[in-house]
Amino acid sequence: MQETYSYFIHINDTLRMSQSQEYILDVRGLSKTFSGIKALDNVQLAVRKGEVHALMGENGAGKSTFMKILIGLLKPDSGDIFFEGAPLQVKNVHDSLKKGISMIHQEILMVPELTVAQNIFLGRETTRFMPGWLDDQTIYRKANEILTQMGVSLDVRTPMKYLSVAEMQMVEIAKAISNDAKVIIMDEPTSAISDKEVATLFSIINDLTKKGVAIIYISHKMDEIFTIADTITVLRDGRYIATHSATELDTNRLISLMVGREIDSLFPDAVELGGQEAISVKNLGRKGSFSGISFTVKAGEILGMAGLMGAGRTEIARAIFGLDRFDEGEIAVNGNLVSITCPQDAMQHGIGYVSEDRKALGFIPNMTVKENITLGNLSNYTQGLFIQQKQEAKIASEVAENLRIKTHTLDQKVANLSGGNQQKVVIGKVLLASPRIIILDEPTRGIDIGAKSEIYKLIRQLTASGIAVIMISSELPELVGMSNRILVLSEGKQTTILSKQEATQETIMAHAMPH
Amino acid sequence: MKNEPTSYVNQIGNTYRLRTRGIGKYGIVLAFIALCIILSVMTPRFLTVANLVNIFTQVSINALLAFGVTFVIITGGIDLSIGSMVAVAGVVAALFAHPDTYPVIVPILMGLLAGLALGALNGFVITRTKVPPFIVTLGTMTIGRGLALILSKGRPVSNLSDSFNFIGGGQLFGIPMPILILIIAFAVCSILLKKTVIGRYMYAVGGNELAAEASGIRLNKVKMVVYTLCGGLAGLAGIVLTSRITTGQPNAGAGFELDAIAAAIIGGTSTSGGVGTIMGTLIGALLIGVISNGLDLMNVTSYYQQVVMGVIIIGAVVLDSLSQTKK
Repeated sequence: MQETYSYFIHINDTLRMSQSQEYILDVRGLSKTFSGIKALDNVQLAVRKGEVHALMGENGAGKSTFMKILIGLLKPDSGDIFFEGAPLQVKNVHDSLKKGISMIHQEILMVPELTVAQNIFLGRETTRFMPGWLDDQTIYRKANEILTQMGVSLDVRTPMKYLSVAEMQMVEIAKAISNDAKVIIMDEPTSAISDKEVATLFSIINDLTKKGVAIIYISHKMDEIFTIADTITVLRDGRYIATHSATELDTNRLISLMVGREIDSLFPDAVELGGQEAISVKNLGRKGSFSGISFTVKAGEILGMAGLMGAGRTEIARAIFGLDRFDEGEIAVNGNLVSITCPQDAMQHGIGYVSEDRKALGFIPNMTVKENITLGNLSNYTQGLFIQQKQEAKIASEVAENLRIKTHTLDQKVANLSGGNQQKVVIGKVLLASPRIIILDEPTRGIDIGAKSEIYKLIRQLTASGIAVIMISSELPELVGMSNRILVLSEGKQTTILSKQEATQETIMAHAMPH
Repeated sequence: MKNEPTSYVNQIGNTYRLRTRGIGKYGIVLAFIALCIILSVMTPRFLTVANLVNIFTQVSINALLAFGVTFVIITGGIDLSIGSMVAVAGVVAALFAHPDTYPVIVPILMGLLAGLALGALNGFVITRTKVPPFIVTLGTMTIGRGLALILSKGRPVSNLSDSFNFIGGGQLFGIPMPILILIIAFAVCSILLKKTVIGRYMYAVGGNELAAEASGIRLNKVKMVVYTLCGGLAGLAGIVLTSRITTGQPNAGAGFELDAIAAAIIGGTSTSGGVGTIMGTLIGALLIGVISNGLDLMNVTSYYQQVVMGVIIIGAVVLDSLSQTKK
């Protein structure tokens, strides 16, 4: 018995040894928490030498956080990372670059005033004469070589800020591959470049993998994944779901792994209301953001708006609310064409907007619940120069009661409330203007599940009183559970409007994926 | 296809930027030249060798401080404590500069060391605590003033050796020493900023801190260097000032930080970081010097001079914000 036992241990050890040799990067049990919210929970990933390993997941699945830990921009709470079989300790990006891990960042990270070449070699400058003396001649020559090899024609002496987004992305790619890295992380490397440039990138990736470089590839574009990836790992809600060889999967199977959640009774039943058309949008477009957006929302109806990050959802909301100008199309409220050039116009026509960025645009953290609620309509509670304190307090307490805002007193600072209650304060503020149409942009982002159901009930309450709701959300279960119809966007274009019967997470994803 | 609108918008942005950038970059030079021409026409005393030498000598201390603060502002920071550092370095140098005590190199090194140490303290607190530089250096400004008073026991430190007084009052090849020091500091600082890796990192940290970090630049190291350097230049300015007035004054340098910051900003250094040159800062300092000199020559009281200076500072920042690309 004893013999056999140790024999097994021995086998296990050899197995692990060979595994860690086979995998250039092996991550186990990685966790990261941001202010109480688990961004990554016990995540694993094993990348072989010379493979393209796709990392897939919905928005907020934790992909970018994961990669920022690998590159040393964030520190994990727990977990082990093995690089070339040895534990990897990176204190900062300097360490990880030295070890041979580089990254193409989704948000293009460039110094605008420096030139193309200076950006490519930033942090890795060549020197001459003496330590610390810049040799820009060599930097320009090398940068030119790299870009020529990539088939990109760019003057390497141009300051970065004069480049288009596509050009910047190509420079970002050049920067990552010029580092002679063993592992290159590519986070949405093709979000801004054209098909021709994507082809260039793919041939570069092929050359790199032949040399044994491993690529971790993150993209929302399904066709890209199945063209380039050897292995696919799926994350969902910060947790590891599965790793498969790319040949074992197809688009549908991958999407169901990515979304795979059960819809529960979190969502109160819709109230059927044959209301009148509250808002109609025809052919709305804004250069560079979105175009051809047409929909109507009836009183008491919820129109969901789905799409990947950058599909143009928030931009549409901002245009309707008058925060941004639109170049084409028209908006009608209650059947009458209206002109909206600023938020005041929109509010006058009964449109309210609850921003996705609650903290930046929704409330003033150091002001009290009462002050925040009445802030938008303060002129209604003033006489001459003075605020009618009693009236203000009365209105605010009515709102707080209606929306069930949990706070000890109305004089509590909003900063001290929970996320869910903060969101209710923001909604309460918007409601005080008595809107007939409300645009909710990610109304439950960063809110825990209990508070979510409260917000859902509140939204139903609004529709029951005849308010038309446009709800933008990245959480598909929420969209499917709440919406009467769902408008799906892909890369700034409206791809479809799904009815309640047609709308499932899979159909939404299929229409949201760029092709 | 999808990118066409973006690059189109970018192109429009570029021409706009190039145009306003032109005003921002050369406007200050044109303004400076125009001012000099006007002054030479209005008062014959302006364009004389004696007066020009006088201007440069007077400008030298502010320019030394302004070079240091230019580094800091380029990285996106600020240093309010340089005026106090002038006093500390001046007093420390004076304490070692009495006749027949130490060779002249000792007070020079001690003064420089005092500035470098206070600068390093700024850098240390800013990088370790993440307290904004404005607050930290506001604190060290007061600390420095206190130190200068403690070290000097609240009294001017006088009776300094002739060799020490030569630094601020002497001449070499017929050129006053402060001007020579200014020329050397100008050359060294320009080269540091334009030709060395640390200079490149200063622009990178101020231009986009996240990008700098993601490129493997150690932000804390760069900031440490920058604040220490700024302190060292303030120490040098303190030595020159003490030598010129032949006394270590604990109250010297009060308000100098504002003139230095003004010179940097007038010279095109952007307060949002990532932009600025030593040449620009020198012109900014000269412009301030020429204006106060010219107004002096025209017998305008110093009260009005302050008003004029304020208007120029705001004008320079307006130009700067016009040439900013971000909305």
